[in-house]
Amino acid sequence: MELFTNQVLAGISTGAIYACMALAVVMIYQAIDHLNFAQGEMAMFSTFISWQLMQWGIPYWGAFIIALVFSFIGGIAIERILFKPLAKAPVLTNVAGFIALYAIINSSAGLIWDFTIKQYPTPFGSSPFLGSQLISTHQAGMIGVTVLLLLALYFFFQYTRIGLAMRAAASVPESARLVGINTSWMIALGWGMASAIGAIAGMLIAPVVFLEPNMMGGVLIYGFAAAVLGGLTSPFGAVVGGFLVGIFENLAGTYIPGVGNELKLPIALALIISVLVVKPAGLFGRQIVKRV
Amino acid sequence: MSTAEDVVTEAPAIEAVPKRAMTLGTGTSVVVLLLLLAVPLFAKNFIIFQLTQLLYLGLAVLALNILTGGSGQFSLGQSAFYAVGAYVTAVMMEAFNINYVLCLPIAGVLCFGFGFLFGQPALRLSGVYLALATFALATAMPQLLKLNFLEHWTGGVQGLVVTKPDAPFGLPMSQDMWLYYFTLAIVLAIYIFSVNLLRSRSGRAFMAIRDNEIAASAMGVNVALYKTLAFGVSAGITGVAGGLSAIAVQFVAPDSFTITLSIQLFLGMVVGGVGWLPGSIVGAAFIIFVPNIAEGISKGLSGAVFGVLLFFVIYLVPHGARQVAIMGQQLVGRLKKN
Repeated sequence: MELFTNQVLAGISTGAIYACMALAVVMIYQAIDHLNFAQGEMAMFSTFISWQLMQWGIPYWGAFIIALVFSFIGGIAIERILFKPLAKAPVLTNVAGFIALYAIINSSAGLIWDFTIKQYPTPFGSSPFLGSQLISTHQAGMIGVTVLLLLALYFFFQYTRIGLAMRAAASVPESARLVGINTSWMIALGWGMASAIGAIAGMLIAPVVFLEPNMMGGVLIYGFAAAVLGGLTSPFGAVVGGFLVGIFENLAGTYIPGVGNELKLPIALALIISVLVVKPAGLFGRQIVKRV
Repeated sequence: MSTAEDVVTEAPAIEAVPKRAMTLGTGTSVVVLLLLLAVPLFAKNFIIFQLTQLLYLGLAVLALNILTGGSGQFSLGQSAFYAVGAYVTAVMMEAFNINYVLCLPIAGVLCFGFGFLFGQPALRLSGVYLALATFALATAMPQLLKLNFLEHWTGGVQGLVVTKPDAPFGLPMSQDMWLYYFTLAIVLAIYIFSVNLLRSRSGRAFMAIRDNEIAASAMGVNVALYKTLAFGVSAGITGVAGGLSAIAVQFVAPDSFTITLSIQLFLGMVVGGVGWLPGSIVGAAFIIFVPNIAEGISKGLSGAVFGVLLFFVIYLVPHGARQVAIMGQQLVGRLKKN
């Protein structure tokens, strides 16, 4: 039983990483209706920017804020320059564009900062949290930030005019345009916010997985899985999905014999798919009723 | 978020390509075929090998095209079917000494069954959810191939070496050239089969499902059957392509069949034009040659150069090679008028 609780706790702490990433994935999905494959790389790039700023002697929180602003503007710029011209192109062509963006960012980061692994500082310290060996203060801080972020997003979408406009632009673009919402800029704003949330995720994850151009590969996959599990339309679902995926993964690694590190991912994914077969829109997703 | 807006009218995710627009005209087909037949006579062995590669990757892209462009389902799991085809062929050739000509149909049939069965649970999923399910298959496959109890046959992490077949009946050609013509014959046969399949009743059912699933089922199309069938056919063809790759490369190892392969096949489909079967070969050419070109332009930034080139292509022709073909056709039509 103690093993079980320990594994669940460890699962929650890795789950916080996935939850952060899943939140960014859901944000962009809300804004543009696609999964952005380059999301992880964008987050990685922002994290590198903050690292570079710290190397130049700027304190942690200063670097944090500058990196956030940079990612927000960067996200908007990517949308305006690269993806706006593709707005009328078929969906699959857009997905190919994400893959191209992935290649470009990954390879440039490799060239600028090379592929060696770098240490990344944490603002929360890394001593045991409340005497538990499994969760460090950093991981507790990460969970705290994720929850805060979720609350902030909830208030933003529920109680601000611009949040309302974004929701309208995403769900019924035609009608939103008719009532005077600039839907094209709402999409750009969605990209900016998703990119900034991704940057927060990246800066929180970097102390755990260390900083290098490929650091987001695995995390993004789990983030996608978490977002899909929670239901792509629900930020709350994404966070719950993130924690569940973390727990799934740890329990599968502990209790199913013969599962090494390699088979953890397929098993977690298989579990998620079995959930999806029963609930095709994810745990908290909104059922989309199709009109013929 | 809110649950008020339940009714969403969405444009179909995949363009409706009419079935006439899926193939080439007779004249063009003959020219392309003659070119494919003649080129190896004037090329070096390495180039012939690359052309063989082009053919079997084109076949794999074609398989994805039938699934996505034909029936509207998306798959990132093609690398798994490809791996099964390659391994079945390699194991039968090396461990059981079965002739390679016989191995390919067996690999195809096995993959068809595998794809058909996988299509069952995938029935309830669509769009991103289906992408995730097939993605899971693709990430699991290399790990499954490394499992201990299969190692006796698969050679584990080391992989298997496959002997390259000689030209039969004492034909005076090199191994590479024979393999090229052998691959060409198979690819051609499957291409003709696919074109006819899409023109048949089943093909029309695929396209009806792609364009509107509910309407299709109202017209009496057995949606579940045809969706799984599309998965099966696509997996079967991918399996044959995998088998051909095992023979041509003479080596199979778990790590050659990762998710990267699936993504490449997907890019090939987009560049070639979704739903346009002849585009598959153009797409295959893109995924084989463009990374090399990118490497040639800049070693350190090859990924970035590749990304930029890909962006160029999708900006210029968002509908892939099909768009180029249509533009060419219109140009020819205008010239004829004058």
